[in-house]
Amino acid sequence: MQHHLVLNLVAKILIPFIILFALYVQFHGDYGPGGGFQAGVIFGAGFILYGIIFGKDLAVRVVPLPLVYCMTAVGVLLYTLVGVAGMLLGGEFLNYSVLLPDSIAGQHLGILLIELGVGITVASVMISLFFSYAQYTHRDEQQSDNQDR
Amino acid sequence: MNALTPHLSALQIILPLLAAPLCTIFRLPRVTWGIAMVVGVLCSFNAIAILEQVQSSGTIIYALGGWAAPWGIEYRIDDANAFVLVIISVINVFGILYARTSIPAELSEDRISWLYTAWLLCFTGLCGITISGDVFNVFVFLEISSLSTYVLVSFGTDKRALTAALRYLIVGTVAATFYVIGIGLLYALTGTLNMADLAQRLPEVTAHRTVLVAFGFITVGLSIKMALFPFHTWLPNAYAFAPNAVTAFLAGTATKAAIYVFMRLVLTIFPAGFFANSTIAYLIILAVGILGAFVASTIAFFRQDLKQMFAWSSIGQIGYMAIGLGLATSAGVAASFLHLFNHALMKTAVFMAIGCLFVATGSTTLNSLKNAGKRMPWTSAAILIGGLSLIGIPFTTGFVSKWYLVTAALELDMWWLAALVLAGSLVTAAYVWKFVETAYFRTDSNTTYTRSEAPLSLLIPTWILVIANIYFGINAQFTGTQALRAANAIFGFSS
Repeated sequence: MQHHLVLNLVAKILIPFIILFALYVQFHGDYGPGGGFQAGVIFGAGFILYGIIFGKDLAVRVVPLPLVYCMTAVGVLLYTLVGVAGMLLGGEFLNYSVLLPDSIAGQHLGILLIELGVGITVASVMISLFFSYAQYTHRDEQQSDNQDR
Repeated sequence: MNALTPHLSALQIILPLLAAPLCTIFRLPRVTWGIAMVVGVLCSFNAIAILEQVQSSGTIIYALGGWAAPWGIEYRIDDANAFVLVIISVINVFGILYARTSIPAELSEDRISWLYTAWLLCFTGLCGITISGDVFNVFVFLEISSLSTYVLVSFGTDKRALTAALRYLIVGTVAATFYVIGIGLLYALTGTLNMADLAQRLPEVTAHRTVLVAFGFITVGLSIKMALFPFHTWLPNAYAFAPNAVTAFLAGTATKAAIYVFMRLVLTIFPAGFFANSTIAYLIILAVGILGAFVASTIAFFRQDLKQMFAWSSIGQIGYMAIGLGLATSAGVAASFLHLFNHALMKTAVFMAIGCLFVATGSTTLNSLKNAGKRMPWTSAAILIGGLSLIGIPFTTGFVSKWYLVTAALELDMWWLAALVLAGSLVTAAYVWKFVETAYFRTDSNTTYTRSEAPLSLLIPTWILVIANIYFGINAQFTGTQALRAANAIFGFSS
């Protein structure tokens, strides 16, 4: 869709704001509506929009597939490791109160990191879902091209 | 070690949950297998340590995040789930051990790491279902294990694995929805999701019709998950088309965890006598169990593919567990627990042996079995012993299960039920005989046979389980006591 000038321009303007808004939803999740899941979806949507407008090949150059797969794992690892950190510091699994000397600050830090883990995983899963569908249509088109010849 | 003791129950979940993303990052097949194996072994020792701890010092309660129940989520392990946890963890180790050679024969190299990721997540979910003391948390783990199971099934070599996985996905989602509606109704009535708390509060509101509706939703939802007879449609194809190691793993674990949750909810959480005194529920479970045992075994007889045959046989065997549960006495439930353990041993062994057959001949149909008794004596003998165990021949684990079940039925003066259970063995014998006939007696005298046995790395885990089948058939001391303790734990949270 690279020849659609309006889409092209609007996407270029919107994408930075989409990603910024995702970060707001992510880090403001403690105090207001939001959180890792919603933020991850919005963040992923920014990249997916880029992929739809400028094509999968360019999108892959921005976020290589191995990196996306890696990040799905990193989010889960972050989540689990925060839980384990609570155990190592003498609390139960996922007990954030012990993360910092001040238990309320500890709760804040804990949920912030947990939600960050959720956000990273959700965003990268969304992007990898998009890529795997994009890959298939690409392949199908090639196949039908070959048949036409 | 002592520093870890209070955290054992959490570690059972954390270890596979940490390992699963590591498999995604280190994508080399050997490395991911190593990670899965190490975690599997650690979790088994952990599960055994939990069982010992439960027996020496009573129920383990672990408040996640330091939030005490009923507000927070707790893991609550007593004799019943500690026993199931050991079964699941040990079968998991053998499954992974077997997968080392079996999986590369069926999967391209770049997909192996994904398989182990899904496998570990599935294992996480199954352990979570078993040890959680919170009904909503059980739902979450149920979804983790189910979603990863759909992925595992879809890895099968046959293209039909994809439709089998999709079908399982649709049916499984319906099941999960039913379950969550059921617990939603209970929550609306009592305001709590904690199992122990629910068990205390439900007697006050039993008169409410909502309890009955919730009971219905939960029963149907979990019946689908455990593949109880009329809700079994997803199972045969899912088992038949999944990779062999996955089938062996799932046959020994997935339905078992669902059966445990079913027993826990129906017999522990719902007020004492709610199930046993409501004649209809009681009769329905019994009837469904008996029908399942007969119908599924009969269908198994007509299958030409060994994996299909033994998948149908699984549905029949789940019928027997339902019969024990339907009796709603501690002897009956003990028989169910015992059969849960024994069936995990025999079915995993049988499916592993069928996998050996696949590696050696590239097929699992009955036709490919001709002369298997001579060509691959160890593999055939493994299926044979597994089959004998399914029938319930003395000196195999199946005999012990049948013995307990018949005794439990006779205790209630249900002669007809005891007779039906024994008659069910005859139907089982019919399809096992079909295997025996093809493998040992259908010989073409013209052709010469070359020994083409499966590799040792597949035969060793298979035979360890086969020998365990015989060992626990002769010496049922350990399993019998554990099953009885588990049954007592099910009938009340006191340990």
